[in-house]
Amino acid sequence: MRQFLDFEKSVAELETKIFELQHVEQSSDDMNISEELKQLVEKADKQLIALYAKLTPWQKVQVARHAQRPHALDYVNAFIEDFTALAGDRLFGEDHAIIGGIGRFNGQTVVVIGIERGSDLDTRLEHNFGMARPEGYRKAQRLMQLASQFNVPVITLVDTPGAWPGIDAEERGQAEAIAKSIQTCLRTTVPIVTVIIGEGGSGGAIALATADKILMLEHSIYSVISPEACSSILWRDASQAAQAAGALCLTAQDLLKFKLIDQIIEEPMGGAQRDPEAAVASVKKAIQESLDELQAIPAQILQAKRRDKFLAMGRQEVE
Amino acid sequence: MSWLTEFVRPKIQGFLKKEVPDNVWKNCDSCGQMLLIKDLEKNLNICPHCNHHMRASVTQRFDWTFDPNSYTRLDLPKAPVDPLQFKDKKKYADRLKENKTKSQLDESIVVAHGTIEGQKAVVAVMAFEFMAGTMGAAFGEGFIAAARLALAQQTPLIVYTASGGARMQEGMLSLMQMPRTVIAVEMLKEAGIPYIVVFTDPTTGGVTASFAMLGDIHIAEPNALIGFAGPRVIENTVHEKLPEGFQRSEYLLEHGMVDIVASRKELRPTLAKILRLLSNTAQPSEKVA
Repeated sequence: MRQFLDFEKSVAELETKIFELQHVEQSSDDMNISEELKQLVEKADKQLIALYAKLTPWQKVQVARHAQRPHALDYVNAFIEDFTALAGDRLFGEDHAIIGGIGRFNGQTVVVIGIERGSDLDTRLEHNFGMARPEGYRKAQRLMQLASQFNVPVITLVDTPGAWPGIDAEERGQAEAIAKSIQTCLRTTVPIVTVIIGEGGSGGAIALATADKILMLEHSIYSVISPEACSSILWRDASQAAQAAGALCLTAQDLLKFKLIDQIIEEPMGGAQRDPEAAVASVKKAIQESLDELQAIPAQILQAKRRDKFLAMGRQEVE
Repeated sequence: MSWLTEFVRPKIQGFLKKEVPDNVWKNCDSCGQMLLIKDLEKNLNICPHCNHHMRASVTQRFDWTFDPNSYTRLDLPKAPVDPLQFKDKKKYADRLKENKTKSQLDESIVVAHGTIEGQKAVVAVMAFEFMAGTMGAAFGEGFIAAARLALAQQTPLIVYTASGGARMQEGMLSLMQMPRTVIAVEMLKEAGIPYIVVFTDPTTGGVTASFAMLGDIHIAEPNALIGFAGPRVIENTVHEKLPEGFQRSEYLLEHGMVDIVASRKELRPTLAKILRLLSNTAQPSEKVA
């Protein structure tokens, strides 16, 4: 069953009609039905293309959080061969919000780390809705160090509402875990490629996104705060989230303009949720291109370039 | 005028009379005791009744940290102003202006260099009075400048933190100050320059989760709120009552996140001692009465 978003209502109605007609068509050979069907499909596609060509920031937020979008594990299962999940931070425990391990990407060994939010109630609970605890970030640090040690590149897949704001997380040093993750990213001697595949939620995202290449899917978002939280703080009214989403400049297109990300990966018509396979293929191709570019750079220069890239952020406007 | 307003009014007036005049007296934020501001300032803004450490201004921090007349403020580099043209109920540009006027500061960070009991140091102070000490691009530039000055002078960097976290009005540019400030810390670490963080009330969000938690030594003022998520956010998420003393300095000490909880009065000698120990300069072992 396809899940439609509120703003897709007109397309949803058309597709319901199409679905019904397809049933009728099967049991009759009326040429008129086939012709009508063809026209309807064209109309639906046209509407979808038009809708997705000018999504508002708030609509993008909804698309980025769409339950049927491919999530971190979908990507890992699709393009990491021999994926061997590695568990635990060796300090406290295992966090299922962050999955990670070693595997082969286009034949080459890589470390892959992803934040998984789950796709239905059970998996969402299992992965804590993609909100990681300190042990998750500490596992990520361990895996990045492993990557440096064995000289294999790191791929991170980011999709999180943010780090888990719980008593347990604070008790075990959530802030320290995130700070160290950023530091570990910066100290990593191998290439790091990050893809924001859905929602890049603030500190919980940057902990795994201090990378050489930051790629974003076309309809993904990356924000310093959720539009809902921003709305309740600045507008003192939780219902202004749509306005806050616009003000925060959280779309991939805005962030590329501000030179805070490196590249946008185009999504299939109507968003990644409509054609996960195509989305996965585009992401795979973009990661390989980034790796090809980064692996040609000597380790020390790579690290220095990573630093310079972040130090330059925001600077171009004043210089 | 009805009998009701007539009847109620005297009570309200009586209540109003108890209010404290603005600039002579102040109520302790914690125990509510009336304190003479002049006495309070002499006592480093510590309530003599309950030992509550009240917030301090940037100038007070410098005065309490450096040797008398020993410090010079640093001109901080420019940064993009209002890159998002952000507007909520109010324009961010207007908020900035108001905060500048109100706080007499240019941004949420002020940097100075001078001596602490004769030991050279660069000190960066986060100004909570400027937009809740939030971290935007200008803060990032200021922090990096502080680290670069410490590097150039080969002197330790001390940072007093006080912040509500990232500055939402600068969007992702604000979030990017997390890796940017961590890079500044990395430069110090590679050069073997001591980097000391003094946590003051409150330190939260992206500030705690970046440069603040990466100090070589962490000192906290008593009872300061230090955490990643704010207590209200946590309460709304877990629907549980927060434990007593949760996210306070003493709690962080117990949970291994800070080295020392020091009263404001011990802060200067503690910093000086650490600077001497880390600079490895021999000190005559004279007893101070």
